[in-house]
Amino acid sequence: LQAPAQLVERKGGCGKFCQRGLHDRRTESWLAEMAPCLHMGQACSHPWLLVQANTERFEMETRGINHVEGGWPKDVNPLELEQTIRFRKKVEKDENYINAIMQLGSIMEHCIKQNNAIDIYQEYFDDEDAVEVTEEAPSAKTINVFRDPQEIKRSATHLSWHPDGNRKLAVAYSCLNFQRAPEGMSHESYIWDLENPNKPEIVLKPSSPLVTLEYNPKDSHVLLGGCYNGQLACWDTRKGSLVAELSTIEFSHRDPVYGSIWLQSKTGTECFSASTDGQVMWWDIRKMSEPTEVVILDISRKEQLESALGAISLEFESTLPTKFMVGTEQGIVISCNRKAKTPAEKIVCTFSGHHGPIYALQRNPFFPKNFLTVGDWTARIWSEDSRESSIMWTKYHMAYLTDGAWSPVRPAVFFTTKMDGTLDIWDFVFKQCDPALSLKVCDEALFCLRVQDNGCFIACGSQLGTTTLLEVSNGLCTLQRNEKNAASSIFERETRREKILEARHREMRLKEKGKAEGKDDDQREEETALNLEQLVAKAEEEFFDFIFAELKKKEAEAMKKKPKPVGPRVGKHQALEADEEAEGEDQGEEEGDRAETPI
Amino acid sequence: MAEVEETLKRIQSHKGVIGTMVVNAEGIPIRTTLDNSTTVQYAGLLHQLTVKARSTVRDIDPQNDLTFLRIRSKKHEIMVAPDKEYLLIVIQNPCE
Repeated sequence: LQAPAQLVERKGGCGKFCQRGLHDRRTESWLAEMAPCLHMGQACSHPWLLVQANTERFEMETRGINHVEGGWPKDVNPLELEQTIRFRKKVEKDENYINAIMQLGSIMEHCIKQNNAIDIYQEYFDDEDAVEVTEEAPSAKTINVFRDPQEIKRSATHLSWHPDGNRKLAVAYSCLNFQRAPEGMSHESYIWDLENPNKPEIVLKPSSPLVTLEYNPKDSHVLLGGCYNGQLACWDTRKGSLVAELSTIEFSHRDPVYGSIWLQSKTGTECFSASTDGQVMWWDIRKMSEPTEVVILDISRKEQLESALGAISLEFESTLPTKFMVGTEQGIVISCNRKAKTPAEKIVCTFSGHHGPIYALQRNPFFPKNFLTVGDWTARIWSEDSRESSIMWTKYHMAYLTDGAWSPVRPAVFFTTKMDGTLDIWDFVFKQCDPALSLKVCDEALFCLRVQDNGCFIACGSQLGTTTLLEVSNGLCTLQRNEKNAASSIFERETRREKILEARHREMRLKEKGKAEGKDDDQREEETALNLEQLVAKAEEEFFDFIFAELKKKEAEAMKKKPKPVGPRVGKHQALEADEEAEGEDQGEEEGDRAETPI
Repeated sequence: MAEVEETLKRIQSHKGVIGTMVVNAEGIPIRTTLDNSTTVQYAGLLHQLTVKARSTVRDIDPQNDLTFLRIRSKKHEIMVAPDKEYLLIVIQNPCE
């Protein structure tokens, strides 16, 4: 009894159960008949195993063709030269042959000439490098969020990346609302390890909340913190979380320290700080009892603390070690020279243009002559040459700008944070009127921003102490070809434009002066004095007229409402109180003072 | 007769042309500028290839026909102009 020919799998040994699916119905019925136990999957069964292929084997071999002259007609012996020549000559005389050759010849010539004329496989665009045009749109994504573990939330006011490897982030927490720090608010600030967002790695315990915090770029264990009470504190993370060095209260700042930066010195222990009390102090952390130097930010150069401007941001570029810049609360940037002989000469020049405090100030890492300031509702780019106005500025935003920074890898990219929790990434070789990318990082206001040295990671701190770590897309952190040239030409062009405008303004002012000088000087002075008196008298008259008109109106109304007539004296007092304007007119100043003309 | 000579000579004299040959339908080289063994090799192989190429073209579109065959290799270019009975084969080194 032969099993029908089919493909039956060999299941590795006799007697094994054959899989059912492989059989057709006929086979199955036959199997069932022959070996009912097969269906039960038992070991013992008929040893029916067939291995058969469906097709016949087809053998193939690769061989070369031996070219032996063939095709010769039977009467011609290919080996005999004479015969072959004769044959050939005969063919050549054939009419067909001649026509064919003529025709083919012309076609062939055309192609030969083509080949000679142009090399169709020539590399035409060899000299240009493979242009890596990143067509992807700029994007950024949040990688990690570090929340303030304290119950009472404080704002994250300053961030600093660890100098080696950027694996850690130091965040300073404090409450910047004047005297609104809630009771029991912790003074601690933290150093976070990027891998662990649940718990800060190191806790720093100052006596007063820290407003700024900076790693020492030379020694990654040392940190400098500026306190809310004006002191400067220094930590060594190897020693623990308590302050290693603290400046004495008497010689420290009188206001929170808003800017503290390490200096490039051989010892790596020098730093300087600035505060809204109007002073910039230099310190050596080995001796924190008193500052080594103090500069008062009085732009009238009289060293008067009373007229000093409060500093809100500080800038120092290690490539220009003698210069530093201070951004003030009054919206003026002061450029200073550290090495000046007299304190008055320390202040070199000022740049004004902002309407509010300048929260961020940074020089462009590629073009140190140009710097970025962030304050009020705009971010502005300045050039040291153009003192009267900024060379480039963003539009006025809806929310206040709180911090800004250049990208360390791309000269044309900078980042700004706003009070509505958005982070804007600007790329002015790409677009100048709007940010290249605008991200809403969180719902509360963002207060500070720090870009990592590779330009890829950005950390921003918010009002509730939440620090968000973002990664930007490749396009924003790789230097585009030709970008340096493009950025520098943009800066130059804008500077030139501002200079031209400045020149024109100066011209116009000179013209006006010239016109005014035509008149008599004395006359002008008298006139102005008279004018002032008259103006003041007029103003007073108008004021009192207005008041009495109001009074009369009120009296009339009162008469209508109440049947009892109100005493005129009492009524006037009331009316005066009600109409008191914020012009500084005292309540006591009644009709008696009207005759006087205060000058 | 003279025109044929002239044509072939002209073709051979073009820049970069290495060799020219005329092969008949049976694969017999009628005229050649190369040595015999090379000619025979070229004749045999190219003839088969031309036939195959022509049949391909005609298979796809019966109203079409092969007019020219160019084989570009690293070293040179082989150009075959087919006819009903003859094949004109030219080997050229394209300008570099």
